[in-house]
Amino acid sequence: MNEPDTLGASLTRTGISRRSFLKFCTAMASLMALPPSAAYAMADALQRTQRQSVIWLSFQECTGCVESLTRSFDPTLEQMIFEMISLDYQHTLQAASGTAAESAREQAMKASYGKYLLIVDGSIPTKDGGVYSTVAGISNYDMLVETAKGAAAIVSVGTCSSYGGIPHANPNPTGAVAVTDIIKDKPVMNVPGCPPIPSVIAGVLAYFVTYGKLPELDHLNRPKVFFADTIHDRCYRRPFYDQGKFAKTFDDEGARNGWCLYELGCKGPTTYNACATIKWNGGVSFPIESGHGCLGCSEPNFWDKGSFYQPLPTPLADNAPVIAAATLGGIAVGTVAAVVSRKHQADIGTKEGK
Amino acid sequence: MSGLENIGVKIINPLTPQTDGVSGNADAILHELVALLETYIDSGENSAIDLHSLPLTPTDYELLRATLAEGEVHANINAVGNTEVRETLYPGVWWLTYYNVEGDIVADLLEVIDVPEILKAPAEDIRDGLVRLRDLLTQME
Repeated sequence: MNEPDTLGASLTRTGISRRSFLKFCTAMASLMALPPSAAYAMADALQRTQRQSVIWLSFQECTGCVESLTRSFDPTLEQMIFEMISLDYQHTLQAASGTAAESAREQAMKASYGKYLLIVDGSIPTKDGGVYSTVAGISNYDMLVETAKGAAAIVSVGTCSSYGGIPHANPNPTGAVAVTDIIKDKPVMNVPGCPPIPSVIAGVLAYFVTYGKLPELDHLNRPKVFFADTIHDRCYRRPFYDQGKFAKTFDDEGARNGWCLYELGCKGPTTYNACATIKWNGGVSFPIESGHGCLGCSEPNFWDKGSFYQPLPTPLADNAPVIAAATLGGIAVGTVAAVVSRKHQADIGTKEGK
Repeated sequence: MSGLENIGVKIINPLTPQTDGVSGNADAILHELVALLETYIDSGENSAIDLHSLPLTPTDYELLRATLAEGEVHANINAVGNTEVRETLYPGVWWLTYYNVEGDIVADLLEVIDVPEILKAPAEDIRDGLVRLRDLLTQME
């Protein structure tokens, strides 16, 4: 299972044309705000390189993150990410079980030591010697430490592996922690969300496979390209916020008119994620579009921040810098936004040198 | 009985345009195209503008469509959904719209180049095709 396998060969075998692949790369480049030329560079580089070995460890999790990616709405385009990688270990998806499964992990580690990408979903229990979650008799803690040693980089998929998530919620009976609480000597990218948006997962993986490194990260190790703006910045109900028009209950006139859900506890202004632009279920909608406020599921400790229906404590008149930054997203300064967006693309372009 | 019909539904434009519905970004794109065409003529360097990277109102799109209009070439590529390749009224400026299988737009680009890359048959696919054609002829003999 670990023989050298180029993506080009894999495409030929599965009957996917190069045009289809170029199209996938174009869609991914557009999604990640890379310069359009990046699509050609991506397609060209990937065809000739060996498929990226990926080891995916699932710890204290609900499998929602795996579901999000594997059951993404568009089965043919987003799932092309599985053509780009060699998924050598994923205990939910793999056919092997027991000793055979564990030896697949060991083999993959040995075959591409120092080069494989480690994906983690779920938090790691540390209390009582880590007994609360084990795989094949190995505690999550031990498996993470051992597997991380040979990883080129680690991607924490979902809020649990990024910040501890639901298992970490008060009173945290298992002593659950995030990957970054344990691993300090490897590049770690957090892709939070409960679950994360499937195309965000596919996008950042495509980036790593193309450039051999993680994209630019923010102070919480999140890829800036998807987590630079708050939900509120990009919300289509934003104009109502600016006009001071708020729904007061879920069935009043304001709610029916689609006014801002701020007073009903929407966490959009403090939540950094791409839901408002990329949306869910193949771009159909996102929670606010369905009439419910944002829960802030991609933020640290979102479960312990009080009621989902309690308005944010920040006073409306004086909620800088959160809201002050948010005003930049408005269309009134659309040209500025465009320039900034261009600048961002140019920066990425220069850095990648392609 | 359900009372569902009593719930008001209002479709709201995600962008709040100025009174005339134009954000100014369509105009900016057209000027950028001039610069990109100049570069292409001078140095042969091709380029592209990702329309998803800019906030465009529906009126902005109409303005772009009306100004760039239709050129001589119109091609559809059937690969994991349709890709529409249209030459504009200005040779060398192409409008490429990528759709997924469900028909949603996954990428929307303006390219400045003689022939868009995706229209050309990739060398590896040509080689693979040759192998398949040879096999077929061997079987027929």
